[in-house]
Amino acid sequence: MIEVKDLSFAYSNAKVLDNISTTFAQGRIYGLLGANGVGKSTLFKLLCGLLTTKCGEINIDGYSPADRMPGFLSRIFYIPEDFEGPDLSIKNYVGGISSFYPKYDESLLNSLLNDFDIDINRKFTSLSLGQRKRAILCVALAMNTEYLLLDEPTNGLDIPAKAEFRKMVAKAMDDNRTIIISTHQVKDVENLLDHIMILDKRCVLLDKSVADIQSEYVFEVTMHRPEDALYYEEGLGGYCSISKNTAGEESRINIELLFNYINSKK
Amino acid sequence: MEYSEHKPIYLQNVDLMQEKILRGDWREEERIPSVREMGAMVGVNPNTIVRSYQLLEVAEIIYNKRGLGYFVKEGAVARIKDNMKKEFISNELPQFKAKAEMLGITKEELLKLL
Repeated sequence: MIEVKDLSFAYSNAKVLDNISTTFAQGRIYGLLGANGVGKSTLFKLLCGLLTTKCGEINIDGYSPADRMPGFLSRIFYIPEDFEGPDLSIKNYVGGISSFYPKYDESLLNSLLNDFDIDINRKFTSLSLGQRKRAILCVALAMNTEYLLLDEPTNGLDIPAKAEFRKMVAKAMDDNRTIIISTHQVKDVENLLDHIMILDKRCVLLDKSVADIQSEYVFEVTMHRPEDALYYEEGLGGYCSISKNTAGEESRINIELLFNYINSKK
Repeated sequence: MEYSEHKPIYLQNVDLMQEKILRGDWREEERIPSVREMGAMVGVNPNTIVRSYQLLEVAEIIYNKRGLGYFVKEGAVARIKDNMKKEFISNELPQFKAKAEMLGITKEELLKLL
């Protein structure tokens, strides 16, 4: 369980997170959404101890990430958006870090790399951006950490790799894990998410499970302008709208529309 | 697999599973993939897949053998067809009828086409 309390962070020239409080529970895959610059990547870096702040608290299973205790670091893996990778083969890189991750699973790594068609002897620096992202994702999943933070994981992946990515993450998910995916490419990951969090600089705008969102709202596409809609957008196929779910209908969440609705209310 | 825009994912997964049973990919009294295996197959969150399994269990299409996993229940094919028939009669048929009336297609014309 990750507990964030009254967290603030500012770079020398800009304040990003301002008094944010939230929690991330086990056994869930969170979609962390938010406009550019609200501090999603900063939050990730604070959660894994790469950044520290004096304002606010983070408690992850009794650890404070800023202390960088080995017992904590072995439980979390973070993949930044622009992962460069060292000038090492995947094999040597894993050889170097795997002893810090007690649940590392070598056979899982091999099967994941195989699924993604990546040679373990290739150097990160010899791989394209998409291949590098796939390689580090395989490494991250094989480390079997309780917490996995993925920043824009599908950026740079080709179309088949995106589907493969979803399968891998779905396969890796279990009740002891918490996976947080920060993304603007909602369509790439929406089937994976069971919880949606929309972040703004000064607060968490939305923090709800997919099931709760479905029972609260109805998402529709209609030819006519919707009467009682909370929010709608006009597009080629008609009006996409969100309304209160009064009849117990079940519809598929349109995350982009939900995002625009929530942001329009603030 | 592609997901349509409007139906919740867990219901689309129910459709997929029922189709597998109807096609005979999964036979009655045979074990079906676990929730996690199914999630990995289609790239969907296992918690979403759990909802599909629960629905199919309540509908007596599948059942859980403790420690062994999920199995297709005896008579599942007949039950699925029966449910689909009811659904067809109450949802699709009225829409079809309304459209045929709107276009002025007579019963005789329709019967000939069928």
